Amino acid sequence: MSSTLEPQGVKTVATCPLSIEINGHPRQLEVYPWTTLLDLLREQLHLTGTKKGCDHGQCGACTVLLNGKRINSCLTLAVMHDGASLTTVEGLAKDDELHPMQAAFVKHDAFQCGYCTPGQLCSAVGMTAEGRANTPDELREQMSGNLCRCGAYPNIVAAIEEAMPATREQLARNSKGEGQ
Amino acid sequence: MNPFSYTRPTGIDEAVGLFTPDSRYIAGGTNLLDLMKENITHPEHLIDITRLPLKDIEETAEGGLRIGALVSNSDLAWNARIEQQYPLLSKAILAGASPQLRNMATTGGNLLQRTRCYYFYDADTPCNKRQPGSGCTAREGLNRIHAILGHSEQCIAVHPSDMCVALAALDATVIVKGIGGERRIAFADFHRLPGNKPERDNTLAEGELITAVELPAEEYATHCAYLKIRDRQSYAFALISVAAALQLDGKLIRSVRVALGGVAHKPWRNPQAEARLVGRPADKNTFGELADALLVGATGFNDNQFKIELARRAIVRALSDAIEGAA
Repeated sequence: MSSTLEPQGVKTVATCPLSIEINGHPRQLEVYPWTTLLDLLREQLHLTGTKKGCDHGQCGACTVLLNGKRINSCLTLAVMHDGASLTTVEGLAKDDELHPMQAAFVKHDAFQCGYCTPGQLCSAVGMTAEGRANTPDELREQMSGNLCRCGAYPNIVAAIEEAMPATREQLARNSKGEGQ
Repeated sequence: MNPFSYTRPTGIDEAVGLFTPDSRYIAGGTNLLDLMKENITHPEHLIDITRLPLKDIEETAEGGLRIGALVSNSDLAWNARIEQQYPLLSKAILAGASPQLRNMATTGGNLLQRTRCYYFYDADTPCNKRQPGSGCTAREGLNRIHAILGHSEQCIAVHPSDMCVALAALDATVIVKGIGGERRIAFADFHRLPGNKPERDNTLAEGELITAVELPAEEYATHCAYLKIRDRQSYAFALISVAAALQLDGKLIRSVRVALGGVAHKPWRNPQAEARLVGRPADKNTFGELADALLVGATGFNDNQFKIELARRAIVRALSDAIEGAA
């Protein structure tokens, strides 16, 4: 599996050290410079919740939260994020308790095949943290970076609308916790 | 992606000093990594500039704003000073890309994004921009998204940015640093038309690094609009976009600015035509005159003739919207 991450050319390039916190756990890693954050997660760390859709920043399936902000993990190099804190879909739930956004997606049946769902969830949490989506139209516009080929959009919007207040509260609790 | 080596300097001079012809600076990476995955760009060495001290938005001595090259598109669009003083810029940025991309993409990188011409991205077809001298497939190919102004025999690609259209209308200045020192480039002189060197998107010298973009202290917050016409309502590049800004004396024009996106290899303006409108009534007839002047010489290709009339109507509509307030 990891062969795709090894050098394909004749020259040898050394790996680089990477200290990164992933879902609350500090990790000391060695990565090739050309390893994207997405490939690090899936191929090296086997955190396969984050999905590879287009691998070109067009679909949003690979969305993760980098220092609390949603980004496309396919379009950034892992090595550039030394010292960062990363949350993937695996880090949203607390033990057996689903994140409010996850619970709302289940309640509203906000998926069919589920491939876009991890990205939708991380993106929706990131959008809530941004605090700029105050109407359903704004919500739709600000979720436009996450495509759903099954077309579950009405249910996705309903789930996010319902989960935003509880997500806001949880984000506020977490930032309070960090300040202590 | 091809293998490459990687360094992460912390100083601006250090970063500029590390540059070699086969290296590239990387910041947000949202366009560069895509180009590397498609094998359009294959640097031997990446210089990660994300740790350089270029992340602030500060007031200039003249009362304008100096935006560090590493300020993300999201942070810029949602900066309180920008929203208040330059809402045109906020609107243009938020009309582009997706929230995830805007969180990574930087101010400097936005200026340097490359065209989304299909043939530039398709390494199996000739493209003068990608491979000088190989030919232009777009001229006889699918060219619905291509240029109607300023194109050349060699290239009919358009610049893809929304942010740059607003920066052109706002008369921004780009500040760059090279081994020879710092230089200031008027926004109109930063991007270039393709001519017979379509491989060059801009006037940066090799190894020069964008450090900041400056906005002059001018009042275009009250009457401005960014209108973007595209194939879907969100997350698509512009077919036509218009950044329009006005200063009014009652119903008369004191000053007007219009920049067009999606029509040329660079944001398109006509300052002489804008100047002719000073003192004229701010109405649709006047706006139509400006639209005609901006579109003088416009010529389309097989699939994009519609853009000429679309641009004319979009200009008039954007200016009409701008009169109503910030739209």
